[in-house]
Amino acid sequence: MAKTKHTPEEKARNKKTLRRVLSYIKGQKRYVIFSLFCAGISVGTQLLVPVFTGSAIDCMIGQAQVDFDGIVRAAVWIITLTAASALVQWLMSLCNNRIVFSVSKELRNAAIEKIQRLPLKYLDSHPSGDLVSRVIADVDTFSDGLLMGFTQLFTGVLTIICTLAFMFSVNWLIALVVVVLTPLSLFVTSFISSHTFQYFQAQNRVRGEQTAVINEQIEGIRTIQAFAHEKQSMEAFDDVNGRLQDVSLKAVFYSSLTNPSTRLVNNIVYAAVALAGSLYAISGGISVGQLSVFLSYASQYAKPFNEISGIVTELENSISCAARVFELMDEEEQLKEKEAVLVPDGHVEVKDVSFRYVKERPLIEGFSLDVLPGKRIAIVGPTGCGKTTLINLLMRFYDVDKGSIQVSGQDIRDVTRHSLRGSYGMVLQETWLKAGTVRENIAYGKPNATEEEIIQAAKAAHAHSFIKRLPQGYDTLIAEEGENISQGQKQLLCIARVMLCLPPMLILDEATSSIDTRTEIRIQSAFASMMQGRTSFIVAHRLSTIREADVILVMNDGHIVEQGNHESLLKKDGFYAHLYNSQFANV
Amino acid sequence: MKYLRIYLKKYMRESILAPLFKMLEALFDLFVPIVVARLINTGIGERDSGVVWQSFMILIALALIGLLCSFVAQYFAAKAATGTAAGMRHDLMKHIYGLDSSSIDQIGTSTLITRMTSDMNQVQNGLNLFLRLFLRSPFIVFGAMVMAFTIDSGIALIFVCTIPILSVIIFGVMKWTSPRYRQIQEKLDLVTRATRQNLSGVRVIRAFGREEDEVKAFQESNHQLNTMQNLVGRISSLMNPLTYVVVNLGIVAVLYAGARKVDGGVLLNGNVIALVNYLSQILVELIKLANLIVTLSRSAASLRRIEDVLDRKPSMAFPEGQKALPLTDEAVRFDRVSLTYAGAGDASLHDISFTALKGQTIGVIGGTGSGKTSLVSLINRMYDATEGMVSVYGLPVRDWDREQLRCMVGVVPQKAQLFSGTIRENLLWGNPGASEDELWEALTAAQAADFVRIKPDGLEERIEQGGRNLSGGQRQRLTIARALVRKPSILILDDSASALDFATDAALRKALRELPWETTCLIVSQRTSSIRHADQILVLEDGRLAARGTHKELLSSCPVYQEIYDSQFRKEGDQ
Repeated sequence: MAKTKHTPEEKARNKKTLRRVLSYIKGQKRYVIFSLFCAGISVGTQLLVPVFTGSAIDCMIGQAQVDFDGIVRAAVWIITLTAASALVQWLMSLCNNRIVFSVSKELRNAAIEKIQRLPLKYLDSHPSGDLVSRVIADVDTFSDGLLMGFTQLFTGVLTIICTLAFMFSVNWLIALVVVVLTPLSLFVTSFISSHTFQYFQAQNRVRGEQTAVINEQIEGIRTIQAFAHEKQSMEAFDDVNGRLQDVSLKAVFYSSLTNPSTRLVNNIVYAAVALAGSLYAISGGISVGQLSVFLSYASQYAKPFNEISGIVTELENSISCAARVFELMDEEEQLKEKEAVLVPDGHVEVKDVSFRYVKERPLIEGFSLDVLPGKRIAIVGPTGCGKTTLINLLMRFYDVDKGSIQVSGQDIRDVTRHSLRGSYGMVLQETWLKAGTVRENIAYGKPNATEEEIIQAAKAAHAHSFIKRLPQGYDTLIAEEGENISQGQKQLLCIARVMLCLPPMLILDEATSSIDTRTEIRIQSAFASMMQGRTSFIVAHRLSTIREADVILVMNDGHIVEQGNHESLLKKDGFYAHLYNSQFANV
Repeated sequence: MKYLRIYLKKYMRESILAPLFKMLEALFDLFVPIVVARLINTGIGERDSGVVWQSFMILIALALIGLLCSFVAQYFAAKAATGTAAGMRHDLMKHIYGLDSSSIDQIGTSTLITRMTSDMNQVQNGLNLFLRLFLRSPFIVFGAMVMAFTIDSGIALIFVCTIPILSVIIFGVMKWTSPRYRQIQEKLDLVTRATRQNLSGVRVIRAFGREEDEVKAFQESNHQLNTMQNLVGRISSLMNPLTYVVVNLGIVAVLYAGARKVDGGVLLNGNVIALVNYLSQILVELIKLANLIVTLSRSAASLRRIEDVLDRKPSMAFPEGQKALPLTDEAVRFDRVSLTYAGAGDASLHDISFTALKGQTIGVIGGTGSGKTSLVSLINRMYDATEGMVSVYGLPVRDWDREQLRCMVGVVPQKAQLFSGTIRENLLWGNPGASEDELWEALTAAQAADFVRIKPDGLEERIEQGGRNLSGGQRQRLTIARALVRKPSILILDDSASALDFATDAALRKALRELPWETTCLIVSQRTSSIRHADQILVLEDGRLAARGTHKELLSSCPVYQEIYDSQFRKEGDQ
């Protein structure tokens, strides 16, 4: 809990974030007001209970000197106050839960809507793990911190103020003893935490070191075993393990001194109140009952003090998480789309297109291509040469910087994204399937498809036979990321998914690196039947596909280096010819 | 818990002293109301300022002794907890080393890492809290009750009633909520999954125009989460108000009963105050106990996960002690070998037979998932064949000493795994006693000498974790050199030249043929060019041996081989 210093900019940013957090709570205004109201009542009633306990005690002077009426009166007050306090406490919790859970729900809903509106440019350049943690973990930390901060900070401060007021109203001298001594515990905590901070840092450092060793050794366990290197590796592990034990002991021990130390201060305050109160009581200044009120306040008063520093840390943490979520919400969205609907005929024209992902790095410059309906375009080049860039532009996942892409004579920026993308059937190398049944996945592009249509599509994709063999056939659940079926089967499902819609244009990635030969042949024939009469863009790896293509685009390092058909490119004796010949020269 | 006990035994002194001192501290806490009662009864009641000062001094002394006891307890608890965690980490790591590959596959490396790290921290934390607090709270609850009896046995009966009611409320609410908290967690997992899907499938979602449906599906699971949270929140927030009501009713009862006794002259008002204090103490401690149990149950779950791993016995035994001797010139022999991985439905290798004679080069080719890596990992016994027999130099692999077998077989795995340390340290894995010349010889054969030489620190160049500061090709060549340093008589290259360009690959193969010692070489590859000169090529398809022969034979007779050969344009194009 070491205090962190804040720069003015950070403070300003925190303030801005806080204001925005408040704007999210605005919808819950009634609940907030009610909750604050409840908190006030709850603190007040809770602090009054010891007062009536005290007055009950004061009714017991000694043998045969007990004022039973007074005790009953006090008892009735205590019961009433207790009931009232319990009720408002419960209502307050309900309100707080509602506020916090609603805020985090709305924030998450808004975040996911935002994500689907963000351009791929943003999503591609940000690790998805980071985005997931913003939507899930950060929202959680934020709402937890908000709940804790909101309720405890408010009631804590209120308790301190009310206790002080009560104490001073009964007896200012004893109140002064409490007020002067209590902050001592704050000093003690900050003293200890500033001294244990270094041990915690050391612990974190060594722990990080050990995690690195563990990661390395467990991931490389086969190598360790294959080289019979267990003994030496164990020594390396034990070295860091021993060091971790040492620093952990220090960190754990010193940090665990905080609680007893603050307790000591509290006990001293308690003793001092007992002393001052008793001396005062002997001289008749206060009653025994009032002393008991002081004692009970003295033991309660320190609690909010001890908690506040924790709450502040929690709140700061919560605000920084909120800031990360808001950062996502503030990202620029994809351009607003025009409303025209594309009626595709399969004619694609790329006119003088330039595009770059990074401003400084030119990628595609002045690229033109006219594809008549039903033609095949093969995209060829080494891995990582930027074949996906072309797909990104055709599907308008990214917008071109200069020039235009036209489908059926319409600029793709003038039509809805939905109608443009619906005109393409896309089968990518990364085979994403939804967590759901096989049926849902095949019908992904056409949710209202009939059973017959689905089976027809599966058959056309050569997927029917393996689906039949799955435990629940078409109702088999595909786990997240489809771990329960093989890579090749996934690809067949992706093909079936497109088969069901069969739009007039296709984008296919032929990559078959993770597929056995038999499946590969099946996928080939599925591709072939799909391409009949459709304008197709194929990221091509097979010689036959390339030879049969109407146009071959040869890409390297993100650039389109050559374009033409097989014969003309061979004649040109350039990059393609080199690529092609190296095949025969080598084997 | 059985493993935990072993370590606690090691820290027996600490694990007994820690709770003991904590109870001492609690005992001093319990004295406070009594001292205050005396202060009020005698000090104020009889206007004896001497007693007041004396009581004050006692209170201060109790606080100081309490602090001291607490410090001692914290120290012993910290020592036992950190020591136990360190011991468990050591044993778990050692145990993991001893596990065979198929056990490791089943558990999964990422869970192993979690268990070694965060689960261990959870256990250490839980143990520390357990030693410090678990006895303290019940001790105070019952201690307060006992103290109440010493003050007035009649009124103490109120305590006897209140404590069970409080316990029922606290533990009842906990019992009701804890499975539901798990449900909340499950709902949250669903929301997380929906988020991940929205991101990982963004291209497909947008290509099919299903953005709105996916967002709706997310919001639906988010709504379910919210409903569940509110439901559980409603019940769990009952705990504080209810216990508060019960304790205050108890206080009212104590006050009333106390008043009658004071009226009868049996009790003084200072005693009534003490009784009220004890009742408040009980509430505080019971709530602490409830929170502690939540933390401890989490630690117990972590402990169980760790013990699950420790309980797993390696499914492979190696003969102890005696060294074996080579019997024949058949370096590797597979006799109708099949392999089914534990937990897998289908066999990964079916009925494979072949023989590699000493000094031969064997090529293994086939698509991904065809069983190439499975085949070679039977030779150094990373796995045991489920059927048939694998022999090395005429002796079944099961009869070889573990270290002897693994030293004889040099493996260059598919994934070029280097470890943090210098290049030299990594090379010495192969043979700790290798001389400078031998290291350079291996580097030269592995085509790595050139780039190591131009590193500023040469062999002393530091490799970062996972070899991040080297290129893929450099990493591969170093792993090859590492295997060559031990001069293995059987060398397995498991697709380990994939990141090398053709010229380097060719030079490497040439160097391997000219090694100064006799090596039987198994080259696994997806490239026909890498294995075309092998004495024998094994073509695998779906775990079966589709064909066996030389490059020429296979080209004319094996359609699978032809297919692979034909598709090489792509593979070559990749470079």
